[in-house]
Amino acid sequence: MAKHHVAATVNGDAVEFLCETEETLLDVLRDQLGLTGTKEGCSTGDCGACSVTVDGRLVCSCLMLGVEANGKAIGTIEGMAQGEELHPLQRKFLEHAALQCGVCTPGFLVASKALLEKNANPTETEVRYWLAGNLCRCTGYDKIVRAVLDAAAEMRGA
Amino acid sequence: MAHVTLIGNLRQFTGGVAELDVEAASVRQLFTRLGEKFPGLLPHLEQGSAVAIDGQIYQDALFQQIGPDSEVHILPQIAGG
Amino acid sequence: MQEKVKDAPGSEFTWVGTRPVRPDGVDKVTGRARFGADMAMQGQLVGKVLRSPHPHARIRAIDTSAAEKLPGVKAVVTREDFQDQPSEFIPAGEMMINYRDVVRNVMAREKALYEGHAVAAVAATSAAIAKQALKLIKVDYEVLPHVIDVVEAMQPGAPLLHEDMITAGVEPAPKTPSNVAKRIEFGAGDVEAGFKQADVIVERAFTTKPVHQGYIEPHACVASVSEDGQADVWVTTQGHWIVRAHCARLLGWDVGKIRVTSSEIGGGFGGKTVVYLEPLALALAKKSRRPVKMVMTREEVFRASGPTSGAHVRVKIGARKDGRIVAAEAELKYQAGAFAGSPVQPGAMCAYAPYDLENVKVVGYDVVTNRPKVAAYRAPGGPISEFAVESALDELAGKLGMDPIEFRLKNAAKQGTKAAYGPKFGPIGLVETLEAAKSHAHWRTPLGKNQGRGLACGFWFNIGGETSVSLSLNEDGTLSLTAGTPDIGGLRASLCMMAAEELSIPMDKIRVQIGDTGQLGYNFLTGGSRATFSSGMATVEAAREVMKEACKRAAKLWELPEDAVEYKDGAVRPAGPNAGKHAPMSLKEIAGIAGKTGGPIAGYARINAHGAAPSFATHIADVEVDPETGKVTVVRYTAIQDAGRAIHPSYVEGQYQGGVAQGIGWALNEEYIYGADGKLQNPGFLDYRVPVASDLPMIDTVIVEVPNPRHPYGVRGVGETPICPPMAALANAVAAATGVRFTDLPMSPPKVLKALDEARAKGTARL
Repeated sequence: MAKHHVAATVNGDAVEFLCETEETLLDVLRDQLGLTGTKEGCSTGDCGACSVTVDGRLVCSCLMLGVEANGKAIGTIEGMAQGEELHPLQRKFLEHAALQCGVCTPGFLVASKALLEKNANPTETEVRYWLAGNLCRCTGYDKIVRAVLDAAAEMRGA
Repeated sequence: MAHVTLIGNLRQFTGGVAELDVEAASVRQLFTRLGEKFPGLLPHLEQGSAVAIDGQIYQDALFQQIGPDSEVHILPQIAGG
Repeated sequence: MQEKVKDAPGSEFTWVGTRPVRPDGVDKVTGRARFGADMAMQGQLVGKVLRSPHPHARIRAIDTSAAEKLPGVKAVVTREDFQDQPSEFIPAGEMMINYRDVVRNVMAREKALYEGHAVAAVAATSAAIAKQALKLIKVDYEVLPHVIDVVEAMQPGAPLLHEDMITAGVEPAPKTPSNVAKRIEFGAGDVEAGFKQADVIVERAFTTKPVHQGYIEPHACVASVSEDGQADVWVTTQGHWIVRAHCARLLGWDVGKIRVTSSEIGGGFGGKTVVYLEPLALALAKKSRRPVKMVMTREEVFRASGPTSGAHVRVKIGARKDGRIVAAEAELKYQAGAFAGSPVQPGAMCAYAPYDLENVKVVGYDVVTNRPKVAAYRAPGGPISEFAVESALDELAGKLGMDPIEFRLKNAAKQGTKAAYGPKFGPIGLVETLEAAKSHAHWRTPLGKNQGRGLACGFWFNIGGETSVSLSLNEDGTLSLTAGTPDIGGLRASLCMMAAEELSIPMDKIRVQIGDTGQLGYNFLTGGSRATFSSGMATVEAAREVMKEACKRAAKLWELPEDAVEYKDGAVRPAGPNAGKHAPMSLKEIAGIAGKTGGPIAGYARINAHGAAPSFATHIADVEVDPETGKVTVVRYTAIQDAGRAIHPSYVEGQYQGGVAQGIGWALNEEYIYGADGKLQNPGFLDYRVPVASDLPMIDTVIVEVPNPRHPYGVRGVGETPICPPMAALANAVAAATGVRFTDLPMSPPKVLKALDEARAKGTARL
């Protein structure tokens, strides 16, 4: 079976790749495009470690096929910082020690960014429910939620 | 003389003796003396045991000193997760 | 809310006790940091494992010929590729390992002993081809009856996993084999006499289910072997020297020929202290002459990597009416999975550790069952036994009409108390955590409707162990610190802070890395709550060596005796009567003359870190129980624990919060669900339900500091104790809310609802 040719943008850069029918977007990002910041935790859409955005929408990249990325704009953790400047969420995660092992962190950052783009002033409950699809086994979520609320406040200029 | 207590299953290799006084200035000497008295005990001392000397637990410390009046406990090794 | 209670008030430190950003942080928030599956080697093959579909079966024959012929398949390995290992306990670092069991867990030999047991492995040019190849391997199984329940496995006539298993620890030794690997007993005094003095006795039986460590990152490695036998492994692990030792042993190679590099590790909690894929990847790499990458799927992680034991625990505790405990007994039956080695021994030793008892007896059984071999899980054995004991103590306090904190204070272990497991305690902080709980606002806050409050204490021993750290002074006065315990949750920050504190220099002048097995002397693993303690102790020693050498060089230059020169406030200075005679020299200036005065300056600590001290905790939990659905929600939680000294308080708080979350999951929802067919029904995060962000409240913490006198900064390990109290704290809270005492975990909604309905019928329910 011949591979499929796909053209998309990833973090604003044009990319082209060939992929098998059954390859997920996650497989493509990690194995073909060398973007290993997005992680595979379960491959069944339950842990959120593979969170990316597709045309601005938060998606589990393990649940999407590589071929489905054709013509889409993909956003990954690697595109979050602007040059040397970290995104406020990235800074707040560091300040609040909202990571321990760090493997879930890219997924949480992408998911939190998507939340704040939709709702610039979420309550603690709204943050928790939005992030319920991202599993963390190390932190108990406390410092993650605080970091997101603090970043939201800074981004609002509060 | 150090006062030695054997914790847990180690008593099975001493015919039930759980406490005894031993003349030993180091963990290594202690193991040697105990091994002379109870040969079946020796392999379990050399491997898999921790030694508490006056409350301080030592794992793999052959040359750790034992005082003339020390309280010594021999326990299973502890690891963690 | 995060607070600190200090034994020694005032901050005498510049770095220690502050909250700088961790040095490896930027890489982790940008996706740059590389974990196990993030490595690729040129020309690598994909390795996959064929796993037994049967929980118990004799393997009569394995035919790999069709798989080997499939284009793209470069190597296949089975039991034939691994030499058998004799049954003997060998020290591997500080652990006693029976390699006969290890080789069989890594690759089944005579039998498949659990569903998911590895039977063969292939390396191929793509995942698709590897998976196809697995399907072509023909295994002739003779399916055998299986047993997955610990009590059933102990019965005579139960299906036997190991035909030569004679229970150790029983005198005289049994004549017939069984599934009971070992019986252990700990105790002191005379419990029978003790119970006679009791005015109140509580006796209860508890059951817990196997739960998985649940690390978000699956096992992963890449292995490569050159034609002259030099091997390299990149692996996510808690202990790369342990991986090296196991692989060398299983493959029959020199230890020094294998170099293991630890990737960043995406969670371990004890589950990554053993090998699964690594020996297979090395064997495949050698056979195929190409690097082989192997990554477990989440399903494989659940089916084939160690959970912790499920258990049956019976507890009996008696007290006088003044609240003094006069006798305490426990019987623990822990499941080991397919091979001996459940954590029943440490579980037995910790069960009553927080209490000053004259009469105590704990008996434990290590029982094999047709389930994956258990691996360590955060305070192995402790959460189970401590759940049972702390629940029974709660009931006892209730019967005595005593406040749970007062009851525990009355019986609390202190410095000088003879521990239930033998030796006397040095300085410890249990009482301080109980007092902090008593004065905490949480303890006084009124509860709402359908809510209940519970309290429980917890304990873990903490260990030290072999540690090597190297600290080099670079030409420009910066330093390179190389440690060997993988950074699982902020270690680099703590090491950097301790080094900076010693040297009185800014933290950003020290770059910390975790070295590979070729770069340092032996390092025991990150686990046992030892990394900050042990690598910290070694870092301090290495820093002091650097300062001493710096003084020596200056002394030579200044023509002073060595002891007339001191390192103070970040520079080398003449001391005492010579003070002021020479301008101080900074590390940069010393580094500048290092080559001419003897050579490079470095500290290299190689120690067996002794002096680890236990960490005690007291937790308070508030729950709300939904009377219609039985759902238990944690509405407030406070974790109070003695850290000795918190080097970086945020990461200490993080350990408290993370352990609490895992304990809550263990108490309320997590369990391995097996069918009668011995197969796991929930090998995925959808149905193996770990706590998510919307399940939990903020987790408040209080760091108590009763410094450990044996560590230069007073550090106690903190990582494991936090998972010990939550199960009982929640069970006690649920009992307070509902009037029903739960003794079977998890307290999931259907079970809670059923128990509530039964209690309502009897008129004993509180809601």
